[in-house]
Amino acid sequence: MSVAAATPHKAWQRRTPRAQFAVWAGWFFATALFVYCFSLISEKTIWAFVTDAPAQAGDLAVRMVPPDWRYIRELGRPIWDTINMATLGTAIAVVLAIPVAYCAARNTTPSVALVRPVALFIIVSSRSINALIWALMLVTIIGPGVLAGIIAIALRSIGFCAKLLYEAIEEIDESQVEAVRATGASRAQVTTYGIVPQVLPAFAGISVFRWDINIRESTVLGLVGAGGIGLQLNAAITQLYWTQVSLILLVIIGTVIVSEWVSAKVRHAII
Amino acid sequence: MTDVALPRRWKKPPLIKSAFLRWSLGLGAAIYLALVIQTTPVNWARVWEGIPRGARFIAAFFPPDFVTRSAEIIEGISESLWMTVVATVIGIALSVPFGIGAAKNIAPAPVYYFCRGFLAVSRSFQEIILAIFFVKLFGFGPFAGVVTLSVATIGFYGKLLAEDIEDMDMGQAEAVRATGSSWLQWINYGVQPQVMPRMIGLGLYRFDINFRESAVIGIVGGGGIGATLNTAFDRYEFDSAAAILLVIIGIVMICEYGSGYLRKWVQ
Repeated sequence: MSVAAATPHKAWQRRTPRAQFAVWAGWFFATALFVYCFSLISEKTIWAFVTDAPAQAGDLAVRMVPPDWRYIRELGRPIWDTINMATLGTAIAVVLAIPVAYCAARNTTPSVALVRPVALFIIVSSRSINALIWALMLVTIIGPGVLAGIIAIALRSIGFCAKLLYEAIEEIDESQVEAVRATGASRAQVTTYGIVPQVLPAFAGISVFRWDINIRESTVLGLVGAGGIGLQLNAAITQLYWTQVSLILLVIIGTVIVSEWVSAKVRHAII
Repeated sequence: MTDVALPRRWKKPPLIKSAFLRWSLGLGAAIYLALVIQTTPVNWARVWEGIPRGARFIAAFFPPDFVTRSAEIIEGISESLWMTVVATVIGIALSVPFGIGAAKNIAPAPVYYFCRGFLAVSRSFQEIILAIFFVKLFGFGPFAGVVTLSVATIGFYGKLLAEDIEDMDMGQAEAVRATGSSWLQWINYGVQPQVMPRMIGLGLYRFDINFRESAVIGIVGGGGIGATLNTAFDRYEFDSAAAILLVIIGIVMICEYGSGYLRKWVQ
């Protein structure tokens, strides 16, 4: 008993002092970086506008209710265009993503040293440029309209679809491919009977998933002139028709919710 | 015995089993495509006119012009990076209470529905639409961009945090609670260690997304490189625009590889 009292019990600690110090130093530098960045942003901000913002927000909210329901008759066409941009864009992207993914997957690519890096570069550059930037470029090149939107959505989605698809191809069960090859199948037959059936469900899932994302993205492409409901939103905002703006926002939320529901249903049915 | 007709040739089983559903989906797609082609006006003359311009744009990549607008490019990119850092930190800090509140297994029902609702609304708007409104409220400049990205981060990160907490092992949390810990201690020692590794990875991933998005919200006045890019396009300075795009692609690649490396190191 006396022994237990004599031994000084060390309080339980999660880390060794050294690790603890490293954690503190990490936090210190992260905080310093954050404060530094914030001060740079603060320099560029007119704080009078920021402190005024709650009043502005209240004012805006008052102007936005009630939504101008009569305006909905003019929104049918833009919504149709928006959905078309998303759907056709996804369809084109999916078709173009197949060869890219085939070349990017380690187990199917014709050449790891030459073709694979090119395919990976296509994937990265398509993914790192937002659909809005693609639309901005295409509007200056081929003119405003739905076509620019479709191509913008397609170019942006190729990278996404190809990345997920090539990961799916890399994860296939090689023994099935082996089995088809053992029957003396040609390379094309191995692909159609050994690989395609294994990745088809994943492929369908990816397409629907991307379609859902694209519906959301295509609602804003109109802001740079690429057609769809974004055009109406932009016009209503610049003309300060706030009751129309609120209606457009409601329509966008509705469309997004419906597309999310459809995509969840379809993916559930596939998987 | 012999009247059971065996199929002669093996056929690949189709993805959709019901033949009716398969055919009607195909027919529906064909009708839809016909409708779209009829109702979509395409000004082919304008497209034809644009082809040489597109060729000029592609030619501008060889070589891109980093020099003429270098001051603007550096300023825009660094502004985008500051915005990304600040918005990611603020967004993640604010999403923690929402994430905890939106986890069904640890939050009471009213809090759960409120937080879920907030997260759903903040996710259903595109960043650009949020940015338009925040620019109206806070004026032009990076502050509006920071608020936009923070709100978008809350929606993304809060939802994933909530789902991760719902998937955790309740046994460990119970054990901590059984020692008589307070609520905060319970969260800190019972819940946090279980979700932390994945959350650090997702935080880095969100940093990535925020940088990409910060490149576009400048188009509507939210600060960052987007404004520079938009101006370059409007003035048909394709070589500067190409340079900006290459810088964006480069930084995104660095972020992606860096965060992939960090994630491996954390886990």
